[in-house]
Amino acid sequence: MAENKFAAYVCSGCGIGDTLDAGTLEKIAQKEGKMALVRGHSFLCNAEGVQMIRDDIANEGVTHLCIAACSRRSKSEAFRFPGVAISRANLREGVLWAIAEGSEHDEVRQEMAEDYVRMGCAEVKKMTVPMGSPVEAASKRILVVGGGMSGMTAAHEAAEAGYEVVLVEKAGKLGGFAAQMWKRTPFRAPHAEPQPTGVEALAAAVEAHPGITVHLNATLAETAGAPGRFKVSVAQESGVVSEEDVGAIVQTSGFTTYDTGKLPELGGGQPNVIDQVGLEALAMAADGRPLKREDGKEVKSVVFVQCAGQRDSTGQHLPYCSGHCCATSIKQAMYFKDANPEVDTVILYDDLRVPGMGEDFYRSAQNKGVIFRKAKATAVSGGDACKVSVKDLILDEESTQEADLVVLATGLVPNAGVNLDAWDKVVTTAEGGDAQAAEERDRLRSQSVLKLNYRQGPDMPQLRHGFGDSHFICFPYETRRTGIYAAGPVRRPMDMFQATEDATGAALKAIQAVENATRGRASHPRVGDLSYPIVRLEGCTQCKRCTVECPFGAIDEDERRYPVFNESRCRRCGTCMGACPVRVISFENYSVDTVGSQLKAVEIPDEFEEKPRILILACENDAYPALDMAGLQRHTYSAFVRAIPVRCLGSVNTIWITDALNSGYDGVMMLGCKKGDDYQCHFVRGSEMAYYRMSKVDDTLTQMSLEKERVVSHEVAITDHARIAQLINDYVAQIQEIGLSPMKF
Amino acid sequence: MTASIATNQTILVVGGGISGMTAALEAAECGKQVILVEKTPALGGRTAQLYRYFPKMCHPTCGLEINLQRVRGNSNVRVMTMTEVVSVSGSRGDYTATLRVLPRYVNENCTACGDCGRAVTAEVANPFNYGLDKVKAAHLPHGMAYPQRYVIDPSIVGTEEGEKAKAACRFDAVDLDMQEQTVELKAAAIVWATGWRPYDAAKIQPYGYGRFKNVITSVEFERMADPGGPTGGKLLRPSDGKEAKNVAFIQCAGSRDENHLRHCSRVCCMASLKHTQYVHDACGEDGRSTIYYIDMRVIDRFEDFYQKVRADETVSFVKSKVARIAENEANGNPVLHGVDTEGYHRYAVEHDLVVLAIGMEPAIKGVSLPEDIILDTSAFIEGSLDGGMFGAGTASSPLDVNRAVQNATAASLRAIQVIYKTASTEAA
Repeated sequence: MAENKFAAYVCSGCGIGDTLDAGTLEKIAQKEGKMALVRGHSFLCNAEGVQMIRDDIANEGVTHLCIAACSRRSKSEAFRFPGVAISRANLREGVLWAIAEGSEHDEVRQEMAEDYVRMGCAEVKKMTVPMGSPVEAASKRILVVGGGMSGMTAAHEAAEAGYEVVLVEKAGKLGGFAAQMWKRTPFRAPHAEPQPTGVEALAAAVEAHPGITVHLNATLAETAGAPGRFKVSVAQESGVVSEEDVGAIVQTSGFTTYDTGKLPELGGGQPNVIDQVGLEALAMAADGRPLKREDGKEVKSVVFVQCAGQRDSTGQHLPYCSGHCCATSIKQAMYFKDANPEVDTVILYDDLRVPGMGEDFYRSAQNKGVIFRKAKATAVSGGDACKVSVKDLILDEESTQEADLVVLATGLVPNAGVNLDAWDKVVTTAEGGDAQAAEERDRLRSQSVLKLNYRQGPDMPQLRHGFGDSHFICFPYETRRTGIYAAGPVRRPMDMFQATEDATGAALKAIQAVENATRGRASHPRVGDLSYPIVRLEGCTQCKRCTVECPFGAIDEDERRYPVFNESRCRRCGTCMGACPVRVISFENYSVDTVGSQLKAVEIPDEFEEKPRILILACENDAYPALDMAGLQRHTYSAFVRAIPVRCLGSVNTIWITDALNSGYDGVMMLGCKKGDDYQCHFVRGSEMAYYRMSKVDDTLTQMSLEKERVVSHEVAITDHARIAQLINDYVAQIQEIGLSPMKF
Repeated sequence: MTASIATNQTILVVGGGISGMTAALEAAECGKQVILVEKTPALGGRTAQLYRYFPKMCHPTCGLEINLQRVRGNSNVRVMTMTEVVSVSGSRGDYTATLRVLPRYVNENCTACGDCGRAVTAEVANPFNYGLDKVKAAHLPHGMAYPQRYVIDPSIVGTEEGEKAKAACRFDAVDLDMQEQTVELKAAAIVWATGWRPYDAAKIQPYGYGRFKNVITSVEFERMADPGGPTGGKLLRPSDGKEAKNVAFIQCAGSRDENHLRHCSRVCCMASLKHTQYVHDACGEDGRSTIYYIDMRVIDRFEDFYQKVRADETVSFVKSKVARIAENEANGNPVLHGVDTEGYHRYAVEHDLVVLAIGMEPAIKGVSLPEDIILDTSAFIEGSLDGGMFGAGTASSPLDVNRAVQNATAASLRAIQVIYKTASTEAA
């Protein structure tokens, strides 16, 4: 292997050279940074500057380079040199733009720039170029769990893009819930009439597709492995178990309807009070003729009760809205009207929720004579003549309405499998030797949909109300189990059209997951990252912190309780690295050393100079961009801070904090994303973990006889660019008030 | 130029908002070649102009940063800004698109150093803030603009101001001789992620937008709430700059109305609920928000957010389609007239400020599209006859951000299927 050769390039463009002494920066890179080759340039990002660097790589054998110019977020295309390790010293956004103008700041501004050059040189020396994880992943097949509308769509769409699919359905035929429907709401204009469901045609297409293998009467017995190399045991009802190798999984396990038996006050369980599924069965039997009740009597009047057992604030029923039921009741009222316009059809609703083109469908129902009343059904009794007590919300009147049939629009309940919070508790108790808990664990496991053998439980984490949705608005397919995507009503309440769209999107993500896994690359949000966690097992103390804290369930344990990393499940956030008390986990280009060496490279002035040094560890996703934005908007801040971007606050190892304090830093600011219920951490729990760990730093501070204010944490979003400058300035003022650290040498 | 890199294996994505970026990136991250064209000078689209998202109240900048990291890190995506599709010929698997590239007057040498912006004095209406303030005629489109490159307004080209910008640039980045260009390129599939625009509020005559200063739209209110916006994040009345404490939100402004937009725009109920929290944040317990609505369409788990706002004592709800707005000339307060349908009584109520929850209209409405495109009754794109062109995001339906991204991901797969099938046909 060729020798490492280190080079630094100092750009003096964009006014850097006017305000900073670029010549001194070059000297520092050479003398202190120990860079073998140092060059200055007045416009480094232009074609000529970039060519100069390329030539040095080609002719001088440069393998590592530090670019002292603008932020790592700027000109990244120009400064892309494959196969070379690169660090960026942020002189423009981080110094020139961030520090107030004026010669009175010249000295501290220059010192800041010099430190950033020292840090950039120190960092790159500890970096190696990631070569990608050893690829064990080979399977590009996609497993779809559930053969309803969503599952069939996911399978078909993936197969149509050339990917092999295995579809597992627990029933004896494809179709799922949609097969129980007579017609569906329209997908396309004109949104006026109920449409054929298309289930049979899709099922036939799936079964006939050469790229799709269908297992009916089958469930998953075990899912082991990782993206690109899942091993799935498929258990047939007959007892036969077959093995399938797949690369990614789409979970389309659908929903069940809320049990009307739980709604006795609305007549649940009484004759001629049915739910929407029951009405579909009557419609299917009538097949276009007037609908008859179970007792054979033709229905002349029907009342639909919306939000039955939904949008419930009492805690007894479903708190959410199921999204589809308004349009479904409209469709079902049309079944009656289309067969016999004389039938009285009344829909009792609170808010009629038919967004988008649903409005046209609503209009069409009004034109057909369907009556809509903003009213609440307070009680229902079934029987030959059903009675509905109605509180009209417009007239503010109570009345009783009779009907041959009452349809309760109940909600949908996701078939999401095991709730992992419940699982965690039971497993912990069972591990303590509790036999009852062990039984409960086995019972829970039998209810699992995916039967993952992951350390962190057999199913996907649930977001709210049992749905396996993504937490992220911009990234609906962001998943906490890499390579496994929920789609359709198991993910979020949705109608059939949205379910088919959702399944198509999930099929794409599954394809992407196998493509990434088979190339040894990370998936979202660090897409294409070739680094991966490397662990020195000989130093490991089997403390299990990494396995417990990994937000993505990427790390299992072997029988000796050593961590087993599954690279293709890993998202490269570094939370394991931050967790490790013996520091045996690292990435090729991001490690305890790459950050540690940076913070140690900073020159700490002695106490008599009265220049504090504050270390900022800033999450690269929000806080670091916010610092750049503060610079861009000229929200100036103190020149006493030194910022280091980190992959996630979760990757912050407390050794960095103690090292910083021991080296004489006067304070440490941790800037990361919002935690808690509305968390914005792209690695889910990274910022949460960081706060948790920092709560223990207080002890360390006490041991060192330091004030607890020496380490602070803040949640910062990019939009907070004015606030971040203020936070820094306030903190510097606070530190100056407390006084400089006694740890300076 | 770009034509040479595009082949019939390429996916063309039209529109660089969150849906277009998603459609492009999802395909690129599957290994496909993508050209992403955006008609404005920067990616980001309308979500970049939002202050917060419902229901998490997080900032769109967060997701934008991730998406821009994805763009910067992926050589499969080629971005062309200030570019519009003029026409499309050919068919599924083999389209030829003709693009018009408008001059930016700033070339790739630009480092966003800002010297040109400081040199010019001329100002133009700031499109990023819906024209609520002005911006230098040489400016960065917005803080997170990608490409991070200035743009010069055509109005100063050929003037002394233009020359000042040119003279100020140390990197030869200002090129006032740039001309409009026409480029042709090949594509297998085309994803139309052309997004939406706010319905023209002035057309809703009884609401007095344009006549009464204190009647504004929801998109304008969004910019006012942003600390980086035209009022520095303060909710100030346009008429007198006083803080607005008693704010009315009128739902279905243009939507669910056959005289305007026949569809429901889906996002406005949640957007107004979110806006009440801006008022609460700005004014605390002194704030008053009133939502005038027909139905609160906050489906699925958004219900949680609705219940949270329902519990907020500074927020009240009136089930009513506001009939008309007048103005109290003495204080500039808009006066809302209508009937509260719950109990059926008339009202005439003054507020400091009225925010029209303005409807979503497809941005391509009125633009000539390839004949093959299938539109619904509101001009949203359903697909194409030949199955090679797809709508994505709000170009296909009025959708919230989450659903738009989901939809764009699906559109991305449909485009990939076209490439796969084209390739298998050619191989056969």
